[in-house]
Amino acid sequence: MKLQKATRCALFAILELASGQDRQLSANEIAEKYGISTNHLAKVLRSLGRVGLVEAVRGAGGGYRFSGNRRRTTLLDIIQLFETIDPIRNGEREDGDDTAEGKGLCQVLMEIEDTARATFASITLDTMIKLVEKHR
Amino acid sequence: MANPQTRQSERKCTVRLAKAADIPQVIAIDTENTGLPKAEYWEDLLERYNNRSTDVDDDTQPKSVKRYRFFLVACDGDAVLGFIIGEVRAWEFGSPPCGWIFAIGVRNNTRQGGVGHVLLEALNDRFRKAGVSKVRTMLARDDTLIMSFFRSQGMMAGPFIQFEKDL
Repeated sequence: MKLQKATRCALFAILELASGQDRQLSANEIAEKYGISTNHLAKVLRSLGRVGLVEAVRGAGGGYRFSGNRRRTTLLDIIQLFETIDPIRNGEREDGDDTAEGKGLCQVLMEIEDTARATFASITLDTMIKLVEKHR
Repeated sequence: MANPQTRQSERKCTVRLAKAADIPQVIAIDTENTGLPKAEYWEDLLERYNNRSTDVDDDTQPKSVKRYRFFLVACDGDAVLGFIIGEVRAWEFGSPPCGWIFAIGVRNNTRQGGVGHVLLEALNDRFRKAGVSKVRTMLARDDTLIMSFFRSQGMMAGPFIQFEKDL
């Protein structure tokens, strides 16, 4: 499974900002660490700001900080802001879906989608940060 | 959203094997969580897990006797705050012996107080003493509350897949 670029940027930024109490970083600092475009990241941060997950800190030494709840926000909450991981379950249709073969294929793909959704929905940022720590 | 890495203060509790006198409170917790009172089911589980005559009725067993089934409760005095049930299973579909958790419940008003964590650790300790080094469970895919709890305790999806069909 592959996540879209904007989703990965958002997850990296949130994990970075939420990993410490009142941690404050600029878009440049985050972009540099993950090798992503600062412009692209700035757009993503604005989207995260609109839903209250990050807030911009103005002035000298400004940047962004996490303003959500680590123990309540899940990976799915963030991913869903940028993409749909279960398009079939969400009613997206493709050619051939109405045939018996298409219906069988949709059933198999929905099983995969449901598992992906359950995985993302059950991992909070708090849990993810613990998981990241294990890889340090 | 408020910022909270906040968590209710840790609830003090002790963990021990469940006794008959605990069962009404276990039933109440389960009913609170599931909406389905199942008195007979919990009484039967106590009988099968903690009261079998071949088992020791004490949590501290002699070296010659190994306990493989555990019905534990977390208590604050006489109040039961939560319960957990598990057993050591072996060689099902090739799986070497491992600990299986198949029920956990905590009073709603003590959630986020660390009771679930204490219960799980207590059960894991007993599994280790029983000689196993892995613990498993199976959950409903849409039960994100309990799934999030197990994930917060470091559990990840394992190598087995659950199957079913209508009969």
